Amino acid sequence: MAEAFQFELVSPERLLVSEKIESVVIPATEGEMTVMANHAPVMTTVKPGVVTVKTVGGQEERYVVFGGFADILPTGCTLLAESATAVKHIDRADLAQRIQDAREDVADAKDDHSRTKAEEFLHQLTTLEGAVIPA
Amino acid sequence: MPSLKELRNRIASVKATQKITKAMQMVAAAKLRRAQEAAEAARPYSQRMGAVLANITAAVGDGGDAPALMTGTGKDDVHLLVVCTAERGLCGGFNSQIARFARDHIRRLLAAGKTVKIICVGKKGYDILRRDYGSLIIDRIDLREVKTLGFVNADAIAKKVISLFNEGQFDVATLFYSEFKSVISQVPTAQQIIPGAAPAVAQDDAAGGAIYEYEPEPGAILSDLIPRNISVQIFRALLENAAGEMGAKMSAMDNATRNAGDMINKLSITYNRQRQAQITKELIEIISGAEAL
Repeated sequence: MAEAFQFELVSPERLLVSEKIESVVIPATEGEMTVMANHAPVMTTVKPGVVTVKTVGGQEERYVVFGGFADILPTGCTLLAESATAVKHIDRADLAQRIQDAREDVADAKDDHSRTKAEEFLHQLTTLEGAVIPA
Repeated sequence: MPSLKELRNRIASVKATQKITKAMQMVAAAKLRRAQEAAEAARPYSQRMGAVLANITAAVGDGGDAPALMTGTGKDDVHLLVVCTAERGLCGGFNSQIARFARDHIRRLLAAGKTVKIICVGKKGYDILRRDYGSLIIDRIDLREVKTLGFVNADAIAKKVISLFNEGQFDVATLFYSEFKSVISQVPTAQQIIPGAAPAVAQDDAAGGAIYEYEPEPGAILSDLIPRNISVQIFRALLENAAGEMGAKMSAMDNATRNAGDMINKLSITYNRQRQAQITKELIEIISGAEAL
């Protein structure tokens, strides 16, 4: 059995998870990464996506995060999410609203740089929607 | 001297008021508990945010390419004050305390020849500041429709502030709110958010000497992190305010209930005395009438 380490998922409103886990998959900006115990110290930003937590018992729990960043140390991992919910509690209307907002941002973008950024965000959101909501 | 009937009405109306203030006190107590819980739940995030920020600024520090939000514009001519107050009154001196504190600050800045701009969060602060500095208020944010304060609300305010900063509208931003010390004491506080001071690096944990890998580069993370940190600080201020407002309201309503009780006692004594006087008067009239026969 793999070694357990401390994982914390924190959103501004509350502490969602704080427990010993086996591994966690984080949707980092530069690609998904799996974190296990004794990971090298990494600091990374997180894009909107699904965080999969594998607990010591072997169960998998999935959370949706909307951006944030992760602080990874050999002894533990802290994910500071801008907003996070368990996949089973996700509110479709809320997600649709976010996508709608992102679309408006793309339309409102003034220069190329902000447009690229907004488009990227929109793309991440739509991928997320496809991932969590069964067609 | 008011008549018996007037006194009776008076007592009834004070009793009704007492019932209302009592109910408001209980509502405030319940809301206070919720507000305190929310403030506590938000604490881990801001703590960790502080730690991460400290680490990363230490890493970027040498590069010298810290974003302007942190270093400032190098001037301090134009000040932006974000004054957070409650949306409702009837909470003792809570709102006027913050407003007075902000007003003193404004006076000092104006005396020093600075330009001042104000953003009011909450209706009450706007109502008070409008009288003296109406022309300085550039925006007001209404949170009356908001039932439970979420991070999104704070984020919206932060975005507004940051976009103003990017347009070069101000050099220094200060946040005014009331720090929640206890139910009976809220201390008005000013906190500078732009340029933000980097928190000191925490020495205690195992990460003290760890060399981080950054993905993407530290600069990119930092420029993502700083605006978020401003949102977090505003969020914390709003939560403290919410708890403070409810605490102040609770003690104000407690006082009002007690005052109403005192008033009822006093009025009852007057009422009884007068009733007695009336009875005595009537008896004297009857007796003297009988004697005259």
